[in-house]
Amino acid sequence: MSHQTLNLVDIAVDAGAIRLVDGVSLTLARGEVVALVGASGSGKSLTCAAALDALPAGTRRQGGQVWLDGAPIAPERLRGRVVASVLQNPRSAFNPVRTLGDHAEETLQALGMEKSCWKERIHRALREAGLDEPQRLLGLYPFEMSGGMLQRAMIALALASEAPFLFADEPTTDLDVIHQREILDLLAGLRERFGLGILLITHDMGVVARLADRVLVMDQGCVQESAPVEAIFRQPRHAVTRALVAAHLSLYPAQEITP
Amino acid sequence: MSLLSARDVHHHYSRTSLFRTRTAVAVLEDVSLELQPGEIVGLLGRSGCGKSTLARLLTGLETPTRGEVLFEGAALSRLDKARRRDFRRRVQMVFQDPQGAVNPRLTVAEIIGEPLIHLTDLPRARHAGRIVKLLKRAGLAAPMAHRYPFELSGGELQRVCIARALASNPSLIVLDEAVSNLDLHLQIQMLDLFALLSREQGVAFLFVTHDLRLVERVCSRVLVMERGRVVENAAVSAPLSLVSSEGRALAEAVLPALPRRLSTAREHLAPERVC
Repeated sequence: MSHQTLNLVDIAVDAGAIRLVDGVSLTLARGEVVALVGASGSGKSLTCAAALDALPAGTRRQGGQVWLDGAPIAPERLRGRVVASVLQNPRSAFNPVRTLGDHAEETLQALGMEKSCWKERIHRALREAGLDEPQRLLGLYPFEMSGGMLQRAMIALALASEAPFLFADEPTTDLDVIHQREILDLLAGLRERFGLGILLITHDMGVVARLADRVLVMDQGCVQESAPVEAIFRQPRHAVTRALVAAHLSLYPAQEITP
Repeated sequence: MSLLSARDVHHHYSRTSLFRTRTAVAVLEDVSLELQPGEIVGLLGRSGCGKSTLARLLTGLETPTRGEVLFEGAALSRLDKARRRDFRRRVQMVFQDPQGAVNPRLTVAEIIGEPLIHLTDLPRARHAGRIVKLLKRAGLAAPMAHRYPFELSGGELQRVCIARALASNPSLIVLDEAVSNLDLHLQIQMLDLFALLSREQGVAFLFVTHDLRLVERVCSRVLVMERGRVVENAAVSAPLSLVSSEGRALAEAVLPALPRRLSTAREHLAPERVC
């Protein structure tokens, strides 16, 4: 049975005595893109890391649960199987002394997949991520690939897992505008074709405008506003949202932003 | 006279394989450009087009394989000691990765103090006051001066690097994707600071980026690069219209201002809690 809804309920994260994430809840459905936006340090990445039990050293989850289709689920059962992840800096997410093929095998092995279908599965995933010549690519080391290719490779590994949900943490921040658009088009296509539910962490309202259905605005560890993407751009209620949208729109000529 | 110019610059990197065969990889071919005092010029191109290499050649960090970089009409390769020091003081650079651009063992005050010591004649007693002023210009508070790089966020550290670049009262600052990692409101704050310095003190900027929106906001002229060549040199008007195929490709890839689709709000199993 394929899963339909993921709920993060009341996630809280502390670093020592300081509360960094304070009771964040959100719902992600299949086929939907939810954007988690906010300035650096607002707690958006920590919220996702906490849900997957992948917090950095020095921070601890102090509360909260994750629910899958209405029943609680342990983070270790979520990671990789139900939720695949794509991270900001693809270069630091790969082991520099291992080929892409090694990474693919490691991923499929961790998921307990039959060895006989590895090759077919990974080739298909690479093609779906827009990487042709999978056989040649699997022999390459990370330094032999560009940032855009590595980001596609990371998305391919996420696809190979066939997880119904994807957490994408600033997936385009380090790429140039042309690669950026290609990756966003790719994510939009995967949502259409496979009904992937995507939680998109970003600070770029242009990325939000391109891809998101719903937006949660975070500031100081809390969700300050949650609304459909149109409402966020047209009637932002909270001061933080208004500032984010105003800064974003100030980069565009007036004729583009009047409806 | 132009402040800084490049004349028919070519640059190659050689790649040595395990078997010691050397192949030359051309990074820049036949690049010429001029920067005038006080002007803000955008250098636009996708990753790998050679824009960072060109920035390093213009600041004298590398020497071109062929061609010349000229500072106020004099070739960099032939500057005498005094002129070279003058060039070092007046042409500053801010890099993309701030962590890699500072000594992790120095405090912020020491980092900003280095150019004051080596490039200016400002008496030591007045350094502390100048450092606080520079921090303020970059939007940072005075107590920041006593912190170490690891205690700062990426955005704060990048602004320390910008303060350091301003320390020696330069005539030109080369910004190599120097604001890309900042949150948007900080990017805009820095762009406004650059525009102010250009207007009030005649500081010129070479602004290396792949984001056309930022060029449109702050630059008066833009150079578009493609595979090691400058393919377009255009004045910036609003809205910016580029004619080269590369320029148009970069313009088309700009993210939308507003969401195109109508909202697809759904029924939620649990409402989000807003605190």
